[in-house]
Amino acid sequence: MKVTFKIWRQEHASAPGRFREYEVDGLTPDMSFLEALDFLNELLVIRGNEKVIAFEYDCREGICGQCGLFINGRAHGPHDQITTCQLHMRSFSDGDTIVVEPWRAAAFPIIKDLVVDRSALDRIVEHGGYISARTGTAPEANAILVGKEVADKAMDAAACIGCGACVATCKNASAALFTAAKINHLSNLPQGKPEADRRVLDMTRQMDLEGFGNCSFTGACEVECPAGISIVNIAEMNARGIRVMGPGTDKK
Amino acid sequence: MLDPKIPEGPLEHKWRNYQTQARLINPANKKRLKVIVVGTGLAGAGAAATLGELGYEVECFCYQDSARRAHSVAAQGGINAAKNYQHDGDSIWRMFYDTLKGGDFRSREANVYRLAELSAPLIDHFTQQGVPFAREYGGVLVNRSFGGVQVQRTFYARGQTGQQLLLAAYSQLSKMKRAGKVAVFARHEMLDLVVIDGRARGIIARDLVTGELKRFAADAVVLATGGYSRVFRLSTLAIGCNGSAIWKAHKRGAFFAAPSFTQIHPTALPQSSDAQSKLTLMSESLRNDGRIWVPTKRGDDRKPNEIPEEERDYYLERRYPSFGNLAPRDISSRAAKERIDAGHGVGPLKNAVYLDFRHAIERLGLDTIRDRYGNLFTMYKKITGVDAYTEPMLISPAAHFSMGGLWVDYELMTTIPGLYAIGECNYADHGANRLGANSLLQASIDGYFILPNTINNYLEQLLSEGEAPGVDHPEFEKAEREVAECITRLLSVDGRSTVDHFHRELGKVMWQECAMSRNRKGLESALVRIAEIRDAFWGDVRVTGTAQEMNGDLEKALRLADFLELAELMCTDALQREESCGAHFREEYQTPEGEALRRDDAFAFVSAWEYNGGSFRLYREPLHFEYVQPTVRSYK
Repeated sequence: MKVTFKIWRQEHASAPGRFREYEVDGLTPDMSFLEALDFLNELLVIRGNEKVIAFEYDCREGICGQCGLFINGRAHGPHDQITTCQLHMRSFSDGDTIVVEPWRAAAFPIIKDLVVDRSALDRIVEHGGYISARTGTAPEANAILVGKEVADKAMDAAACIGCGACVATCKNASAALFTAAKINHLSNLPQGKPEADRRVLDMTRQMDLEGFGNCSFTGACEVECPAGISIVNIAEMNARGIRVMGPGTDKK
Repeated sequence: MLDPKIPEGPLEHKWRNYQTQARLINPANKKRLKVIVVGTGLAGAGAAATLGELGYEVECFCYQDSARRAHSVAAQGGINAAKNYQHDGDSIWRMFYDTLKGGDFRSREANVYRLAELSAPLIDHFTQQGVPFAREYGGVLVNRSFGGVQVQRTFYARGQTGQQLLLAAYSQLSKMKRAGKVAVFARHEMLDLVVIDGRARGIIARDLVTGELKRFAADAVVLATGGYSRVFRLSTLAIGCNGSAIWKAHKRGAFFAAPSFTQIHPTALPQSSDAQSKLTLMSESLRNDGRIWVPTKRGDDRKPNEIPEEERDYYLERRYPSFGNLAPRDISSRAAKERIDAGHGVGPLKNAVYLDFRHAIERLGLDTIRDRYGNLFTMYKKITGVDAYTEPMLISPAAHFSMGGLWVDYELMTTIPGLYAIGECNYADHGANRLGANSLLQASIDGYFILPNTINNYLEQLLSEGEAPGVDHPEFEKAEREVAECITRLLSVDGRSTVDHFHRELGKVMWQECAMSRNRKGLESALVRIAEIRDAFWGDVRVTGTAQEMNGDLEKALRLADFLELAELMCTDALQREESCGAHFREEYQTPEGEALRRDDAFAFVSAWEYNGGSFRLYREPLHFEYVQPTVRSYK
C-alpha cells in the first residue's frame, strides 16, 4: 500500500520545526505503524540526502510505554486504549495522508523530531511514588492480608505504563491521570498507607511544579490510556488531597 | 585458573557461611565508595537502590528515556518462589532440584541452591514494596503452575508480573534518587569499560541526546544489561536490547560463558515479512488448553478448518504422550522446527504451526476459554486481525532468553576484579535451559540480595589504597579515543546499505545455524558467513547524521558492530560443545528417537571464553555434583 506521511521534523529543542511530507510505497497492511516508519527511515538512508526521523520505541509489545506518537490528531492513533506499537497499517487505507506529531505539552519539551522529554513523570514519582522500606526489612508476605477487591483495585491503577498519552491528549496537558494512578496504586494497599497523606501532597505539588495543566474532567485521557486507567482515579486522588488539606484549600 | 569461590560447608549453609566471612565496610567508609550500575531492569535498579540504601554512592545508567522501561517490564507469566503456600510439598530443595534439572545439569549446585533459598524472602520484599500480587478473597497470595514442575510456586500480577516488579524496583530507585544517593543517567549508553591495573575503574558512555562521550570513574562497575537475543534480529526482546556492554567487557578481559545457550520460545507470532521488527510472545499458558498440530500432507494449502481430523498431525502428543502440548520449551520448539523443516509448516511463509482451541471450546465452552485467555485472544486479533475463537492461531518459535553471559563466580564477579555481572547478562543459575518464571527471580535476587552482600568483600580492600584513579587517567583517555574512532569510522564508510540490511543478514544465518538445532557443517559455514557479513558491513554500511546529536541510526550501527563479533563467539561455542544439552541441540548427538544426548563424561563443565584479539580461547570450569546425581531428562 501507498500512503503519504506528514511528519513533524525538528532538529533540536530550540530549532524551528515544520511538517515534511513523505510519499511511501510498498507498505503492507500487516506492518505495524512503527515498522512503516522503520521502512521510511531505511528509504531515507538509501536516498542519503536527509537524516532519519527520530521516534521512540522499545518493547514493541505495548508495555514499556516508550513509544508515543500523535497520529491524525489522536494519541497513539485511531483506536482507543492501545499503544502506537500495537497499531497496524491495516487501520489505514491505501492513499491516505497520515499526520504524525510528537506529544504536545509544555512539560514535555521536544528533543528531536517526534521525541519528547518525559522526565517530568519520573520526577513526580521521585516525590513519594514509593514505599519507604529498605531491602531486608520485609515481614512474611502473608502476614498482612490484602483482600482480593483491594488488591485488584491497586492493580487497576498500577497498570499505568507511563507513556504520557493522557497528558498529550488533554487540552490542559494535565498529568492528573498519571499521578492519580501512581498515588492510588500505593495508597490503596496497606503497605502504602503510612505515607498516603504525604504522598498525595508531595506528588500533586510536583505535578504542578512541572508545568502540567489542571484537570477539567473532560475524560479524554481515559479514552486514550493504553492501560485503561479510569478517571475515577482522579476523583479518588482529589478526595485524598481534600481529606489531608481540608476543603477549599489551595494545594499550592 | 577459574575459581568459582564456592564457600565451605554443606549446601544449605554455604550462603550463610559466605556472609559470615565476607569483609564488611562501616557506614562512614561506604560513603567514600562509588559504584556504577549499568542497566535499570530488575537486577540493575534493585542493585542500585539497595547499594544506595547501604550508603554507597551510586551512578546508574540506561539507554531508555526512563529507568522504568527496561525490558524486565515485558515479562508476563510470573515469579517462582519456594513458599509452599499451597501445601503441595514444595521446598527449597525441590525448587533447587527442578532448576538444576531444567538447566540440564550445566549450572553450579551452590548457585542454584542460593537462588531457591532466597526466593521466599524475595516475595516478602516485593509485597512490602507494594507489588499488587494476585490474592485470594481471604487476602492471602495466590499461586499458579508453570512450565513442567509439579507444584504451584508461581506468583503473579495479572499478565504483567514483570512490569509490576520493575515498577517496584523503579520506585525504590526513585526514592534513592530523591535521597541524593543514586544518580540516574537516562538516555546514556555504555560504550566501553575502563580497566586500570587489571581492575574495573569506570565506563565511557554516550549521551544519546547530545552525542557527547562522557567518562565516569568508580570503585566498582556492575553490568545489568540483560540478554542479547537481538543477535538473531527477530526475537521477543525490546528493539534496543543489545550485547554491547558485556561484549566490550569481554574484549577488556571478562570471560564469556556458554554464549551459545539461547532459549527459543515455542509460542511467538510468526514472521510475516522482512520489514518485521519483533516477534511478539504469546503466553506459554495457552498450551494448557490449545492443541498444536500441522497438516499430515506436505504443503497443504487448504484453510485450517477445511482440513479433516485424520489429516492433522498433533505431533507433540504423538511424540511426547505423557507431556503432550505441555512439553518444555526447548523440546516443543525443536519439534516445531522439525515439522516445519520437513515441509509441513503453515501460514503464508510456511513457517508456523497451528495452535488450535476448537476442542477446548467444544469441551469447556466459549465462555471458559474467553475467561482464561480473553486478553491473549484480543492481543492476537489486534496484531494479526484474526479471530482465534473460530480459526487456529499461527505460532512459531522465536529467540527469547540468553542463558549465556559473562562468567561470574559465587560473588557474581567476572574475571575482571571489580566488574560484576548480574541478571540475564551473566551465566549463573539457569544452565543450558531456563525454567519459566525463573528469570524475574534471578534478576531480582542478584540485584537486591546477592550483590549488595558480596561487593563489600571486594570494595573493602580498596579503602586502604588511597585515591582511586580519576577520569583524567590515561586509560580513560585511551578508551574514549577508541570509542570516538569507532564512531568516526562507522560514519565515514558511507556505503550503500542500511544497518538493518546487515542485521537481517546476520539474523538469518544465526537463526538457521545457531538456534534450535545445530551441526558442525552448518556452524562452520555460519562462521564464514558471519565474517563475510562483518566485512560487508564495515565496507558498505551507510549511517546518516552526525556523532554530535541524537542519532538512532548510529546507535543501531554500534550495537550491530558488536553483535557481528558476538555471533562469531556464539557459533564457536556451539561448535566446540559436542553434546546436546538443554537448548543446545547438536544434531550429531541425539538418541535414535531424536532426543538430546548429553555427554557428562566429556562436557560436564562450563565453557568460559577469553577474548584473544580476534580469536577465542576456551577455559573449562568443571561442574561437580555433590548433592544431586545428573539424570537424563525425559518427557515421553
